[in-house]
Amino acid sequence: MALLPTALEGRAIAPRQTAWLAAAFVLASAPHLTRFPLWLSALILLITGWRMYLAWRNLKTPTKWLLAIVAIGSSLGILFQYRTLLGRDAGVALLVVMLALKLLETRSQRDGMLLGFLGCFLLVTNFLHSQTIPTAVYMLGCAWLLIANLITLQYTGKWPGWRAPVWRAGVLLAQAIPLMAVLFLLFPRVQGPLWGLPRDAYAGLSGLSDNMSPGSLNSLILSDAVAFRAAFRNKIPEPRELYWRGPVLWDYDGRTWTAPRIVQRQDELPKGDGRFEYTVTLEPHNKRWLFALEFPGMRPPRSMATRDMQLLSFTPVRNRIRYDMVSSLLPTYGADDEREVLMRSLRLPAQANPRTTAFAQELRRKFPVDRNLVEEVLSQFRNQNFVYTLSPPLLGEHPVDEFLFDTRRGFCEHYASAFAVLMRAAGIPARVVTGYLGGEVNPVGEYILVRQADAHAWVEIWLDNAGWMRVDPTAAVSPARVERGIASALPLSDALPMFVRGDFEFLQRMRLTWDSVTYTWNQWVLGYTPERQRLFLTRLGFSEATWQTLAVILLICAGIAVLIGAVLTLRELRSARSDAVKAAYERFCRKLAGHGLRRGAAEGPQGFASRASQVRPDLAAAVHDITKRYVELRYGRNADDHALQDLKQRVRRFAA
Amino acid sequence: MYRALKNNILTWLFKWRGPERGVIVLRQRRVFILPTRQGILFAVIIILMLVGSVNYDLSLGFILAFLMGATGIQSMLHTFRNLAHLRISPGRTQSVFAGEHAQFQINIANTTRADRYSVGISSDRLTADYVDVPAGDEVTATVRIPAIRRGWLRPGRLTLFTRFPVGLFRAWSYVDPDVSCLVYPAPASVGTALPLPEAGAGDGGVHGQGYDEFSGLRPYRPGDSPRHIAWKAVARDTALLTKQFSGRADAELWLAWEALPAAMDTERRIAHLTRWVLDADAQGLAYGLRLPGTTIPITAGSAQRSACLRALALYGTAADRA
Repeated sequence: MALLPTALEGRAIAPRQTAWLAAAFVLASAPHLTRFPLWLSALILLITGWRMYLAWRNLKTPTKWLLAIVAIGSSLGILFQYRTLLGRDAGVALLVVMLALKLLETRSQRDGMLLGFLGCFLLVTNFLHSQTIPTAVYMLGCAWLLIANLITLQYTGKWPGWRAPVWRAGVLLAQAIPLMAVLFLLFPRVQGPLWGLPRDAYAGLSGLSDNMSPGSLNSLILSDAVAFRAAFRNKIPEPRELYWRGPVLWDYDGRTWTAPRIVQRQDELPKGDGRFEYTVTLEPHNKRWLFALEFPGMRPPRSMATRDMQLLSFTPVRNRIRYDMVSSLLPTYGADDEREVLMRSLRLPAQANPRTTAFAQELRRKFPVDRNLVEEVLSQFRNQNFVYTLSPPLLGEHPVDEFLFDTRRGFCEHYASAFAVLMRAAGIPARVVTGYLGGEVNPVGEYILVRQADAHAWVEIWLDNAGWMRVDPTAAVSPARVERGIASALPLSDALPMFVRGDFEFLQRMRLTWDSVTYTWNQWVLGYTPERQRLFLTRLGFSEATWQTLAVILLICAGIAVLIGAVLTLRELRSARSDAVKAAYERFCRKLAGHGLRRGAAEGPQGFASRASQVRPDLAAAVHDITKRYVELRYGRNADDHALQDLKQRVRRFAA
Repeated sequence: MYRALKNNILTWLFKWRGPERGVIVLRQRRVFILPTRQGILFAVIIILMLVGSVNYDLSLGFILAFLMGATGIQSMLHTFRNLAHLRISPGRTQSVFAGEHAQFQINIANTTRADRYSVGISSDRLTADYVDVPAGDEVTATVRIPAIRRGWLRPGRLTLFTRFPVGLFRAWSYVDPDVSCLVYPAPASVGTALPLPEAGAGDGGVHGQGYDEFSGLRPYRPGDSPRHIAWKAVARDTALLTKQFSGRADAELWLAWEALPAAMDTERRIAHLTRWVLDADAQGLAYGLRLPGTTIPITAGSAQRSACLRALALYGTAADRA
């Protein structure tokens, strides 16, 4: 079309606007600046400060070649720092630097708008690192500021101040909410990723790993990050029943327990009594384990179960996922395991931990019955001075030997490892199970919150006729760990994440309320996956909908949302009051005209009223009343909206 | 062929209809809206945000992208509202000489409750006058159009447009107010001597020397000879003033078509006559104008000046309107 606008894009922007843009940019990139290497953050702040100085002193922006040199230099710096320019973090760093340089050369309205748009994109990159409620609120504020910036660029008159653009941006955002909600709920979701993600995409996800060596659980236990939440449909189980089963470790090399690479699948899980029904919301941990109470009775979608009762997702868990689960207490399981399986759970490296091996053989001689032997070991843990602590001494070449006979200080992984080694040395098949124990019951949201700090390790032994049996040697040393959680099991001097130890009741309560809000947020906002979308549509009654139907639904709902926005916007097009007064009076005249009473072109309202009341004495009172009000509103001083509403109502009720 | 077709389509699409009398209300059907280039760029960036959100599974990324998209749609309604229901009426115009710019004043009234900002009005799509129109207020915008030829000048189809508040959309409307401006002919260069007063009509004897007697100052009008500008007065004041001289009323000064050489073409004759009118008026002389088919009797003063210039402006043009 040849209808090109009279261009404003080249118009120079005022120094104040530049300062606003710079402020919005700094706020939008602030979370990144705290993560960047120091030199990079400093460079970005320097460039922004420089731009503000130039605007303040009304100086010229630097030449292109200087910008090019800074751009190339900082790219090289990023390449050197991150070893790539394509990774997620390097890409974000590059984006922020380039935006800072764009800010530096921003002179015209066109530059300003481009900067505003790219600022919106920058906001999304912040979500790579955090999607919590505070982040969301902060980013909404930044978006608000960016839109306000775009609005200031459109004024052609005098500088509007900051109030009007901020207010209008707020109005725009508020009016956009219905449409946003419709799009969020109904816009067809695709399961990502669309292309191969850079290698550092999942950096920073923590969780249990597939091996355990002395001290490896320690970093987890010191983290108050959430592992998962479980909402129970019926009664919440007792604390001692809350064994959340994770990786099962079979192989021991004298120091490290490892999960086997190849697992035996089990298609049919034992049904059991199904006494625990719950829904797990699992935080991403970049491994395949799906956690469930012992013992899981079903497989979540896109996952498999193994012979040793692990649940494995087909792909690593990289998003928060939800699954329904049923667990039972099984009297026995695995009693019919084959010999080869049991042989694997007896294997010990020949040279490792000689003292433990000797001790186990001695016990075996004293206690020929398996159960008695187990009892004896547990009572020794209980009665000899073993200490439960998170800061155990370092262990050397034969960790189990040193732990059992020298240091006697450790936590679950030490006890589990030592116990399993003892059992194997005594000829009883044993394996280490890692997972979580307990969790915090949140009375506000009625679910159990399990943190990484609740990580735990225990042992399963295999007994004739009984199959696999759980033995938790930690419980022997520190029953409180099982009954009341990790905080009560530790001496006060041990470091623990702040949230785990609940000293102040008020703080505790606030924390629980906040976590409950977070839980809801995770369920409904962050956890709205393609799967949840299908579920949502099913609940609306569109279970087998084709994409055409979905498109129609989306269009209809979006249409309604836009209509709401249009009504909110266009009602401002109603006439100002003086015209509304006139319109009301004209309506009144039309009503009288319907009865043959036509107001003459030069007839004043008063004259028309007297004539009308002579012709229709029955209407005289109403006619005079309306005329009086009209004259007062139109020519009087003290006219307010209330009087107008009154007039309108009387005209509406007037029946000629 | 192509141009005619395009013109027909545009006429149908935008309901172009000739000049409209009175107040033009920008009803919803007259307001058109399309995304600007920046609007398209914004859409592309939102799509990028969505792709990134799918790839990294960022729920909040979806929300932000949808929020921005919905804000963009909502801004379309605000842009539309910024233009709709404005009332356009022609304001005053002032006659100009060919070669100058005609200035049409266009009144824009806002009888609604929404303040309007940055409404542009343009006749050539290159330059525009921007005005803010608060609710319940009326402001005047000016359209400048170069006056090339003498005669009536119409502003033609004007475009009112706005991109407020976000600049993602541009709403526009065409108005063709029934207003015109009289363009006087461009006068011939200064220094063409006035013709001699015609003998026999009065007492005679005095030849065009009536402009010696200084009789006062009046504001400068375009076309006044620089020789008559009161430069001393200019030094004191900022406005230009022209010295007026009292003439001798007894001389009959006819500015006549036929007094000019027969070889001169029409436009040059008119330019000369215009110069004469201006000079005679500047000197305060009484004069008459004779054109083929039109004669304006001898008198002096600004009404005479206007009448003569108007006759010259419209001479030979088809539109000889009131």
